Amino acid sequence: MKIGVCAKVAPDPNARLKVAGDGASIVMDGVKTKLADYDEYAVEEAIRTKEAHGGEICVYTVGDKKAEKLVRGGALALGVDKAVLIQEEPTDPLGVAKLLAAAIKNDECNLVFTGKSSTDEQNFQVGVMIAELLGWAHVTQVTQLSFEGDTFTATRNLDAGVRQVVKGSLPAVITCEDGLNTVRYAKLPAIMKAKKKPFDKVAGADVGAEAGDGRRTVGNMSPPPPRPAGKIIEGDAATAAKELVRLLREEAKVL
Amino acid sequence: MSGILVVAEHTGGAFSKSAAELLGKATELAAVLGSSVSAVVLGDADAASLGSFGATKAYTVAGDFSTYDAGATIDALAAVIEASGADIVLAPASYAFRDALPRLTARFDGAMASDCQELSVASGNLVARRPTFAGSIEADVTLVARPAFATVRNNAFPAPAGSGGAAAVEAVSFERTTPTVEVVETLAPDTSGIDVGTADKVVAGGRSLGSKEKFDGLIRNLGEVMGAGVGASRAATDAGYAPHAEQIGQTGQVVSPSLYLAIGISGAIQHLAGMRTSKVIVAVNKDPDAPIFEHASYGIVADLFEVVPALTEELRG
Repeated sequence: MKIGVCAKVAPDPNARLKVAGDGASIVMDGVKTKLADYDEYAVEEAIRTKEAHGGEICVYTVGDKKAEKLVRGGALALGVDKAVLIQEEPTDPLGVAKLLAAAIKNDECNLVFTGKSSTDEQNFQVGVMIAELLGWAHVTQVTQLSFEGDTFTATRNLDAGVRQVVKGSLPAVITCEDGLNTVRYAKLPAIMKAKKKPFDKVAGADVGAEAGDGRRTVGNMSPPPPRPAGKIIEGDAATAAKELVRLLREEAKVL
Repeated sequence: MSGILVVAEHTGGAFSKSAAELLGKATELAAVLGSSVSAVVLGDADAASLGSFGATKAYTVAGDFSTYDAGATIDALAAVIEASGADIVLAPASYAFRDALPRLTARFDGAMASDCQELSVASGNLVARRPTFAGSIEADVTLVARPAFATVRNNAFPAPAGSGGAAAVEAVSFERTTPTVEVVETLAPDTSGIDVGTADKVVAGGRSLGSKEKFDGLIRNLGEVMGAGVGASRAATDAGYAPHAEQIGQTGQVVSPSLYLAIGISGAIQHLAGMRTSKVIVAVNKDPDAPIFEHASYGIVADLFEVVPALTEELRG
């Protein structure tokens, strides 16, 4: 199998973020970054698939130079064979997908793993868009996966706790959900060895793709409006409970 | 004339609340844009009735769409988008449309905003407000490309009163071209009772419940008395007190009920991401500094093991 993993660099989910003056981005100075959580599952699943079925893995990422350090210290040290950074700054998920799909096509991958969404914009779009651009099948929010030759069986999470088992054939894009696997971390010797693995930096033109621009703009970013200060209900348990029920019925009118 | 196409979701012919809600909103947006409003119904449901909520036309696609088949849904919607000439497509943010719409966006070289909480118009473009960074930051996404696609969260808009009108129905046929996967089995959730994802009232418990027995005895019991869905924090589901399907938060379910009772939940960002848009939030926690109190309409700073039984008694009476 030729496996592609699409991964991105995102702010650490525990970081307290501030909106920049332009209202269109986050202040990144001093903010820790990591490979987006769901993309870590994608890297891990690619490695497990290679361990079980053989093949090669390439990690593809767009834009962020910080990716090199993260990918060398992570994916490349864990069993990924090479990485490609496409040095463009697309302005929407479709632009990202166009660049990644082109790189994947050039390398003749037949299986792509990516997180179900990134942890920053959380659009849930890029993985599925790549499948469309390549004309492949896709399955999203996968929590279990196995292969038999070129066919796969996957369990996907629908809404309301419902899960579905599906069967399909390669080539396909799989988007990874929490619970698919447990991510392993690299040890220092492997990280040192990974320094020699290829990490190519290319332009969109090198993979024959243009992200395009102007399909959307993002702005007016702000924390959600704070809720009006709430009421702390005093008294012992019985008194407080009684008062709460009264307020929910008479004031909030939700009971 | 430009047109807004609303995907009217239904289960076995019964329309989801989102159908009326999205049609109501579409009617409002269309008035500003000078657009028409139409609906699309995949499979068997009373399409004409959607006229009551503002659809002048309802496109129907025959077939069995009851089990989600990505290829069929995508190809059917693509055919309707072409037949209708719609340049804005609205759908609920349920699994099927979260899965299908990005493919359509790529197919039509459009732009998409996912999981929107508000829609408006600026300079002739759809502006979608949506949560990012686990809901800690909201952003406006202006969709300039056409067609523009948006999936909308539960309970984002009020349902309009029906006017009783009927939409003109037009059948559309489609060809299967998109590669798809075959559904082998659908597994019901390992929970019973009210679906927490769509419940109007939710009671959720945290790790401090201490055991599955106590979680069931206190939280699940209170939920039953209240007629509420039962949820849990990630810490509680990781500890096995409740099934993963009941987890509320960034990596679990995102809910927006009228009433959310957070019992023994501290209110970490990742949990808030799953319930912060609830209309009324009540917090019960021993720790007066728990972040949840900053988001609660009502709070009780006390031991949940005393408060929950008292609350249950009060509601039972």
